[in-house]
Amino acid sequence: MKKIIANKEIDVNEEGYLTDFNQWDREVGECIAGDCDIKLTDRHWEVIDYLHDRHHKDEPLSIRGIKKSGVIDVKEFYNLFPGGPLKKATLIAGIPKPKSCI
Amino acid sequence: MKNILILGAGTSGTMMANHLVKELDKNDWSITVVDQYQTHYYQPGFLFLPFDIYTTKQVKKKGKKFIPKGVNYIQEKIELILPKENKVKLASGTEINYDILIVATGTKTAPDEIEGMNGSGWYKNIFDFYTYEGAKALRNKLREWEGGKLVVHITEMPIKCPVAPLEFAFLADSYFKHKGMRDKVEITYVTPLDGAFTKPKATEALHYLLEKKNIKEVTNFNIERVDPENNKIIDYADVEVEYDLLVTVPTNMGDALIERSGLGDDLNYIPTHKATLQSKEHENIFAIGDATNLPASKAGSVAHFEAEILTDNILRYIKGEPLKEEFDGHSNCFIETGDGKALLIDFNYTHEPVEGSFPLPGIGPLKLLKENRINHMGKMAFRWVYWNMLLKGRQIPFVSATMSEKGKHYEEVK
Repeated sequence: MKKIIANKEIDVNEEGYLTDFNQWDREVGECIAGDCDIKLTDRHWEVIDYLHDRHHKDEPLSIRGIKKSGVIDVKEFYNLFPGGPLKKATLIAGIPKPKSCI
Repeated sequence: MKNILILGAGTSGTMMANHLVKELDKNDWSITVVDQYQTHYYQPGFLFLPFDIYTTKQVKKKGKKFIPKGVNYIQEKIELILPKENKVKLASGTEINYDILIVATGTKTAPDEIEGMNGSGWYKNIFDFYTYEGAKALRNKLREWEGGKLVVHITEMPIKCPVAPLEFAFLADSYFKHKGMRDKVEITYVTPLDGAFTKPKATEALHYLLEKKNIKEVTNFNIERVDPENNKIIDYADVEVEYDLLVTVPTNMGDALIERSGLGDDLNYIPTHKATLQSKEHENIFAIGDATNLPASKAGSVAHFEAEILTDNILRYIKGEPLKEEFDGHSNCFIETGDGKALLIDFNYTHEPVEGSFPLPGIGPLKLLKENRINHMGKMAFRWVYWNMLLKGRQIPFVSATMSEKGKHYEEVK
């Protein structure tokens, strides 16, 4: 389905996750963050860059991965993205919700 | 003479030995299995041991019994895999050369991964049931436990048999009812997932059962530490859950051998091609069962389906033919729901567990995603099937390695 985010028509799934990463840009990210009541700081962007990097390398995302990332510790990750940090951070980053699978 | 070396004589390794010995010419190929343990456990039975449904004798046999004639069996610890030299080093220093290596070293619990889990409360009021020792210690505890807060908890995914903790909660409800003390026990199910299971369709059906059995759910709980002094578990968002008896599924990790050999990911699982079972880094190393990083359930049924496909692929590899990209993530699990009933789920990489009949389309006799007695009898009969058919690599009638879509009402996963 389509949703207007940052004045752009974006394809998203039922949960609001982008289905085409090419439609994502920082403005879209900021807008989605705003909907989650999160104001993005440099620290948030560092984490988002890390998530993009992992995603493009096809590496699965997990809390354990965050713990070992060297970018951020899990406590701070929760503070930056309160509630479900992986779910919110991937939503803002325009990448699929991690399958904590199986 | 060429060598096929199988590491691990658990469910996967034993099945592979049985398949390959039938397929390969004895004059050309020698098959060797290495495993350090003497006992082969029927791991699905660990779920029943704490509730005195199975005895300790019913869940273990001598592993050697299941290794077929014509296969060399070495009972020793494995020190290192040396993929560049096509060699495996054993603890005694013996080296074994291989032409093809099959890694079937499984997964283990790692309670050390969480602060406080393996501390003063371990096997006093904190237990796992994924090991023989844990399940037996928990049985002894439950026999004398007078009630209170029972917390059934999953540390992080993936875990072996992802439905087992739910089944544990259901069976606990049933166990305390029969003991006439259900009113003295509060059961809470704590999971890092969004809901009861990893697949949305099954989660709906299972959530209903949790409600019906008066089991509370705490979801999205990512544990940071256990506080054994104050009997509570605490997550990264500072949510606390109190327990009197904590039954946890610790982090599951691949064998330390994989880490030592530099062959694993963050959790010591081997990056494996999900349709062929060939390892991603070395073309003559294959992985099967819980040892892989496949996005399929870590379960005996998955290993069973994989074994059939891996056998084909090894024969193709030997002949220099392209491997078949056939494994579809097929998984088939009975879910015990207590009171002598069970449900059954059947799914793969792309299809959610669905309603329908199994294994014969439209007939059954087993019903998918529906709770009934015949499914429970299926689960109980499975122990016999495991020891007598599955490990020996015999085909289970009507059940194919890839998932059948007949007789099912399925939806594609997006």
